[in-house]
Amino acid sequence: MTFRVGVLVFPGSNCDRDLAVAFDAAGAETQMIWHKDTTLPKGLDLLAIPGGFSFGDYLRCGAIAANSPVVRAVADFAHSGGHVLGICNGFQILIETGLLPGALMRNAGLKFLCATEELTVATNNSLFTSQYATGEKVRFPIAHHDGNFIADQHTLEKLVGEDRIAFRYSNNPNGSVDDIAGVLSENRRVLGLMPHPERVIDPIHPGVDGARLFAGVVNAVFQDT
Amino acid sequence: MQAKVLITLKNGVLDPQGEAVLHALDNLGFDDVDGVRVGKMIELDLSDTNADTARTRVEKMCEKLLANTVIEDYEVEIL
Repeated sequence: MTFRVGVLVFPGSNCDRDLAVAFDAAGAETQMIWHKDTTLPKGLDLLAIPGGFSFGDYLRCGAIAANSPVVRAVADFAHSGGHVLGICNGFQILIETGLLPGALMRNAGLKFLCATEELTVATNNSLFTSQYATGEKVRFPIAHHDGNFIADQHTLEKLVGEDRIAFRYSNNPNGSVDDIAGVLSENRRVLGLMPHPERVIDPIHPGVDGARLFAGVVNAVFQDT
Repeated sequence: MQAKVLITLKNGVLDPQGEAVLHALDNLGFDDVDGVRVGKMIELDLSDTNADTARTRVEKMCEKLLANTVIEDYEVEIL
């Protein structure tokens, strides 16, 4: 039994290979999916949307990608219970599709931020965070200009009430409301986050805190089936 | 037929770009500016010749793509 991952590739994606390597290292079999494809390969267990600057970030980050043919297929995949992971620009795309709530605005300090940030795992009640302890501190790099998460009061209360905030920043770098760095969908199978766990998975990286995110989802789905 | 779409941040949504422009104006001696909001304007060339149907179409475009209605308002002007 192989855990099969599809990594979407848009013009301007630049974390696609890193994401594939992270899933491969966790034991998954990974294939790349070009944005013009209208149907997804059969038998995928998870779709991953990588970081980068899809379509040059024109109009709004993620807005053009969110309306590309392949992302319509992603929405169908998610609605039928598939797992989807969006990192950085992938998170922006998931928000633009409406698969995750809220919006991501320009960082409060207006600067592009490239640093390693300490995060708190706010819930381990999802496959993505199942190998972490709730409240555990991890260090993931960030690299973004538009990661300032915002949502209206009602949405925020819903996210908190349903335990759908996956990660919070310890030292809020970008102005995100309630220090939010990553959120889960209602069915807990779609995760979007601005930090890059795929950049901390190997001993040659500055850390390996991200590896358990990939291992968690790959192993847990194995146990499911 | 042409349409102009004006996209602005909703009231209450902090506009960091507007704040930066405000500070820059202040540094240039324009200390009489109390607030700045930065938006964007999109011009569309339409094949439609009926102003009402054109407006409806452009509003749909705003809802689906041109604006992020979570944080942005839009105004459509048909020319």
